[in-house]
Amino acid sequence: MSEYSAGRSGFSPAYLDRVGSSFTDFLAAAAPDLLPGRRPVPQLPVGDVTPHGTTIVSVTYDGGVLMGGDRRATMGNLISSRDIEKVYPADAWSVIGIAGAAGIAIEMVRLYQVELEHYEKIEGLTLSLDGKANRLAQMIRGNLGAALQGLAVVPLFAGFDLDAAPGTTPGRIFSYDVTGGNYEERGYSAVGSGSLFARNSLKKTWRPKLDGDAATRSLVEALYDAADDDSATGGPDPVRRLYPIVYRVDAEGAVRLTDDEVAAVARTITDERAAAEGQG
Amino acid sequence: MTMPYYASPEQLMRDRSEYARKGISRGRSVAVLTYADGVLFIAENPSSTLHKVGELYDRIGFAAVGRYSEFESLRVAGVRLADVRGYSYNRRDVTGRVIANAYAQTLGEIFTQQTKPFEVELCVAEVGDTTESDQLYRLTFDGSVVDEPDFIVMGGQAEAVSANLREHFLPGMDLAEALRVGVQALSAVSPATSAGNGGPGGLLSAEQLEVAVLDRRRPKRAFRRIVGAALRPLLDRSEEPAAVGGEEPHTAAHSPSVPQPGTPAGLGEPSAPDSGGTAGSGGEAPTT
Repeated sequence: MSEYSAGRSGFSPAYLDRVGSSFTDFLAAAAPDLLPGRRPVPQLPVGDVTPHGTTIVSVTYDGGVLMGGDRRATMGNLISSRDIEKVYPADAWSVIGIAGAAGIAIEMVRLYQVELEHYEKIEGLTLSLDGKANRLAQMIRGNLGAALQGLAVVPLFAGFDLDAAPGTTPGRIFSYDVTGGNYEERGYSAVGSGSLFARNSLKKTWRPKLDGDAATRSLVEALYDAADDDSATGGPDPVRRLYPIVYRVDAEGAVRLTDDEVAAVARTITDERAAAEGQG
Repeated sequence: MTMPYYASPEQLMRDRSEYARKGISRGRSVAVLTYADGVLFIAENPSSTLHKVGELYDRIGFAAVGRYSEFESLRVAGVRLADVRGYSYNRRDVTGRVIANAYAQTLGEIFTQQTKPFEVELCVAEVGDTTESDQLYRLTFDGSVVDEPDFIVMGGQAEAVSANLREHFLPGMDLAEALRVGVQALSAVSPATSAGNGGPGGLLSAEQLEVAVLDRRRPKRAFRRIVGAALRPLLDRSEEPAAVGGEEPHTAAHSPSVPQPGTPAGLGEPSAPDSGGTAGSGGEAPTT
């Protein structure tokens, strides 16, 4: 029997092969051209031709974990997007935020979302949080060639650990490097061009076992501080009503905070800064 | 030199059909019914891990009877096809018809070209925005595909169950009522009830059933299994509609702070991650 495409004349042998529950592995066998890591990489560094996403911040709190990102994408000295979304739900109990080459990053997030859902449907179980984090590391590793040409993607992954031992915090954060290195972070983390400033801000405002509201404020303030000092990170934009995107993951799953909620927090912060008589 | 036996094509096909039919009727039945909010799958299945019913995509579900290894590999192929299409086009471009066609082609090919046909019968169900747009496709071992309205019964004594359902099925029933009609029809012919525990008239218990719905009101992934703590009150209620109200048939075993790791919640209804917030499995009593 020869290879034929599915949908027109039944399933090709690859589809009926009962091996593995990974969507990426299956694509590698059935349609390798759809995988981001399988394409030829330009031999020259590509520089500023693609939009780059910037700062992502994640913090844990007593009920889980929060992740937020600013809304700016840049191409060199230009702002290429003011309302890009860089934080996505990965599945019901985890979120992923991306910094780096936006096109590749968004494709990777889509693939990752399908990967998790695919596993869930085939196995009838969700992957463990560590399993999800490890799977993401393998996808980043596949992008190493492109990363060295200037198309790096660096995600931040956070989720609610359903199997967390009692007494430990169920919200967990994982950061990555371009080679696929996977590091679990304690308490908070940030990636992207403004991450240095965001981390410094979190160092002063974040405390273990914060409640949800205080943690949200701490996170939005870190993004504000990053935007304050990093030209590639966008601050709250009351003119266009654009505010950071913030996801909360707790025992009930991943939920995106509404724009009104985030706007209220951002407004409190800007008001307090304004009251400091120009010393921000 | 030996001459191969000659068998006429008619004879060959007849033998294969008979073989497949026998295999399928040995098992237990699965009923797929439409109800007001979507599609309800009820399978008589004492195993809680070897599923006969599964999720294919956002709005598409799968049910099968026959040989487990065979329909399981078909289910996996369906999930793969749906995910590949959804990934390379868009989630909205995955339809039940595409998957049903692929199954039909594959089953037809196996039936005609291989010595042993697949002993399976499948149902691909898709929920739309309204009751009218719900689709139920029945796929048989020889690759024929039929689009049936209202309900499909497969496997075991399918004719008897179908006849029973034809009498009691009404379009637009709510979940508890559809479940009652379906369980009653399956129980009427099941050896598990008439033989032992309940005697004549006894119904299959929650442990003997695998129940799932495609609920059109859920935001993204419509498929949801109804298990254990959510199923039992629903069955009790549909058994004796008068006894509602007293004890709150809450899904309390799944309090929001400890969601069952095994039951993916989808992204909607954060207040009731395992129930999907259906009136049928929540605290409210049905109106009937």
